[in-house]
Amino acid sequence: MLELKNISFKRDNKTILNDINLTLDDNKFYCITGPNGSGKSTLAKIIMGLIEPDSGSITYNGRDITKLSVDERAKLGISFAFQTPVTFKGLTVYDILKIATGSEVGKKDACNILSKVGLCAKEYIDRELNSSLSGGELKRIEIATVIARSPSVSIFDEPEAGIDLWSFKYLTEVFKELRSKAAGTTIVISHQERILAIADAIILLEAGKIKTVGTKDTMLNSILSTDCLKGGENE
Amino acid sequence: MNKQDKELLHEINDSFNESADAYNIRKNGKGIMRKVNDYISIVTKEDNSGIDIYVKENTLFGIVHIPVIITESGLTDVVYNDFHIGKNANVIIMAGCGIHNDLHKTSEHDGIHRFYLEEGSKVKYVEKHYGEGKGTGKKILNPTTKIYMKPNSQMNMNSTQIKGVDDTIRITKAELEDNATLEVSEKILTTGKERAKTEFIVNLNGENSSVHVTSRSVAEASSYQEFISNITGNTKCYAHVECDAIIKDNGQVKAIPEIYAKNVDANLIHEAAIGKIAGDQLNKLMSLGLSESEAEEVIIKGFLK
Repeated sequence: MLELKNISFKRDNKTILNDINLTLDDNKFYCITGPNGSGKSTLAKIIMGLIEPDSGSITYNGRDITKLSVDERAKLGISFAFQTPVTFKGLTVYDILKIATGSEVGKKDACNILSKVGLCAKEYIDRELNSSLSGGELKRIEIATVIARSPSVSIFDEPEAGIDLWSFKYLTEVFKELRSKAAGTTIVISHQERILAIADAIILLEAGKIKTVGTKDTMLNSILSTDCLKGGENE
Repeated sequence: MNKQDKELLHEINDSFNESADAYNIRKNGKGIMRKVNDYISIVTKEDNSGIDIYVKENTLFGIVHIPVIITESGLTDVVYNDFHIGKNANVIIMAGCGIHNDLHKTSEHDGIHRFYLEEGSKVKYVEKHYGEGKGTGKKILNPTTKIYMKPNSQMNMNSTQIKGVDDTIRITKAELEDNATLEVSEKILTTGKERAKTEFIVNLNGENSSVHVTSRSVAEASSYQEFISNITGNTKCYAHVECDAIIKDNGQVKAIPEIYAKNVDANLIHEAAIGKIAGDQLNKLMSLGLSESEAEEVIIKGFLK
């Protein structure tokens, strides 16, 4: 169980997150949504340790992890798919999957992970992780690095950002699969109705505060009638 | 060769063994082992220190090793090696220099290599430079490579220097005729107070000649590097120079690009990027469980692979 207590974060005198309190249960699929600038990505990064909150605490399975570094949280089973996949000169897809699994995983197993995100493994495994890959390909590889870790908390920061429609259609299937098979807590930051529809619970953020938390059945219609699902980038 | 010589040789050329087809091994300024065959001959120069290497025309899959090792502190070894590559020959040349210096005097090797590629010949040239030893004596390596390429010839030059060399000035000059293609890949890592200067001067004289230079370097601690490229396009030709450097600690890198198009059909590109390791790269690898120093090591190792 992941608990966020009184999390606040300001930058340049602007309040990004204002006293967030949230409990996320094991084996549940959560979507965090909200208008641009509502603080969604910041909240996700705070859970991973990529951003330090100004105040508040994060507890994971009863342990205070607020002061733990990114790699310490990763070792506890928390994993994060970046909104903009990171590229590396000289590192191949196979290299990054080996790092992700934390073992000398064989090419066959690495290929199996890639096929879970719909990539024809043989074509990609030895490619360099650089801008010669398309946005959609990089995004799927980014998601594969999270799946490879079999994490107990998986965070996906706007997986739909920067990809084409065809890739997005496939991505929805990947998340449906994750929801049905993956153990642990899944947190997806998303604007997309199709991804929200998969969630056990939807958390609506507005102006740095949690407006409502509810099931998709109770939330989806009211969210869709507002304008908060309009696509956006970083916040 | 004693154990230390063999280890030093292995550092600069791990593919070498005595059953190789053709080789010339130079130790402390003198040739100590040589082997030739029907296609590749090696002749000691009479007027100068060095050798002439002749590769017969139409040679297929020739391989020649010409490593240099220096274990004598205080020695300055200057060598002139000329490579004469016959028409349509295809050859791999493995070169390099390793210095072991345990004492306080400076050891230096200046290798001046000239390549004469006849029409249609292909050369893959691999050179690795390495220094080691506990002494305070400096280890200096100054390789100069001059390349003369006849029509339709191709050369691929792959040069690496990872730590241990206190001072280096590396100069590569090339003249390309019609349809000649030169590809250069250079990897350098300097640390401590090491200094490295590398300079490429290429004249694209022949129609449809092309050059592609990729330089990747890492400057850490208080080391300093300078990258100079000077490409002149005299006719319809293509050049792409790419200089990427990572700086760490107090490392410094200076890149001076010069491209000069003297013909309207010359297409010359220079890209240079210098900076520290990107924060998002570190974050990504740390989110996969690596510590910050492990992440840095993975990024640098991949970058210089």
